[in-house]
Amino acid sequence: MSGILNSSIGRKFAMALSAFFLMVFLLQHFSINILSVFSPDTFNEVSHFMGTFWVIQYLLQPVLIFGVIFHFVMGFILEIRNNKARQISYAKNNGGANSSWMSRNMIWSGLAILAFIILHFIDFWIPEINTKFIAGDMSGLVNPENADSGFRYYEELVHKFENPIRVVAYVIAFVFLALHLLHGFNSAFQSVGANNKYTKGLMTFSKIYAIGIPAGFIFIAIYHFLNH
Amino acid sequence: MNLTLKIWRQKGANDKGKMVDYQIADVSPDMSFLEMLDVLNSELITKGEEPVAFDHDCREGICGSCSLYINGEAHGPDRLVTTCQLHMRKFKDGETIYIEPFRAKAFPVIKDLVVDRSAFDRVQHAGGFISVNTSGNTQDANSIPIEKANADKAFDAATCIGCGACVASCKNSSAMLFVSAKVSQFALLPQGQVEATDRVLNMVNQMDAEGFGNCTNTGACEVECPKGISLENIARMNREYLAASLKG
Repeated sequence: MSGILNSSIGRKFAMALSAFFLMVFLLQHFSINILSVFSPDTFNEVSHFMGTFWVIQYLLQPVLIFGVIFHFVMGFILEIRNNKARQISYAKNNGGANSSWMSRNMIWSGLAILAFIILHFIDFWIPEINTKFIAGDMSGLVNPENADSGFRYYEELVHKFENPIRVVAYVIAFVFLALHLLHGFNSAFQSVGANNKYTKGLMTFSKIYAIGIPAGFIFIAIYHFLNH
Repeated sequence: MNLTLKIWRQKGANDKGKMVDYQIADVSPDMSFLEMLDVLNSELITKGEEPVAFDHDCREGICGSCSLYINGEAHGPDRLVTTCQLHMRKFKDGETIYIEPFRAKAFPVIKDLVVDRSAFDRVQHAGGFISVNTSGNTQDANSIPIEKANADKAFDAATCIGCGACVASCKNSSAMLFVSAKVSQFALLPQGQVEATDRVLNMVNQMDAEGFGNCTNTGACEVECPKGISLENIARMNREYLAASLKG
């Protein structure tokens, strides 16, 4: 078992496991965000629970941050190693003849997603951590002095999507996410050794997930922009 | 057919190398690609120039020697063929054709279009075999019952000719399709089980030591493989390797 992460197969296995974790997280994140379209109150309740329940805050959140960092650091390491494996490029290379654009450009779609994550952290995560752990306000209320002021989460979300530049940035980022997932979802299964009679069905499901989830996030951003 | 050829010329392993243009006229569409190069070399020799060095042997599509990267694809634009089985009718009159060696750090250029693929031999030596006592009591392989589906898959994997098109086509220069075919052909058969753990660990370790890149599942190798070796073999090797790592 020792040294498995030093092997090419071990590294791709680790990439796949972190990808599975991030894809489950993405589904969970979407499931909560879509509530903001149908029921602001439910969205507030769930957001408050997610933001204050200690298992999520102190156990799952650090695991998530580790998963994100691990996935992109390992992605960079693999990209550098892979570039070293061919020191002289072809004068003419017809990559499109045998592989998808998405599969050949995971590093670029990944970098676009990383840039988005940084923007997203500045937009939501850092203010949230600031409110809860620096200012010490764990109430989740618009006005912590007034218990009737209601939860602040929905208002904060809507406020962010009033800015059209941010909406455009989010839309572009989610297009890159879809491109990343169109290769990544299925690739993760191949990496853990799952290529069998279910692969064809899995590929169909992976396309639905890869397009459906980012499209859903895009819908949420545009919906709030148009309605407020 | 009249063609412009852009061919990689490199005097030796330490030479920098460059693309050189050649014009070739009256090429028959029925020639194989290697026959077209034979004609070019004949003309170069007549003019007193150095002929283009390229690998070839059987010219029947089974030896895996010919190793050209033609117009951006290993073994050219046709599917399920090696370069010797590629015919000039796949190209258009007046076309410019790029001819380059297979590129990978693990496949250094020896001269012109000839590359050293002995890295594959070393991977094979690391575990691509079964140890059989040949004292005379060896059981006839045909008398061992093997499930038809597994026998077929093992045979399919065993059709890998080790040409290196998978490495050349992969954007990461990964050798996983080759190694997985060699692992799979034994992993699927009872004779391969005794040394299964050591085999996959040693072959993958050797593959990594040779400087091949990491597989990112682009699938280019499967498309360009002249023998149609399936990505299913890589998934099998991944399973074998992970199980062996847990055991070992």
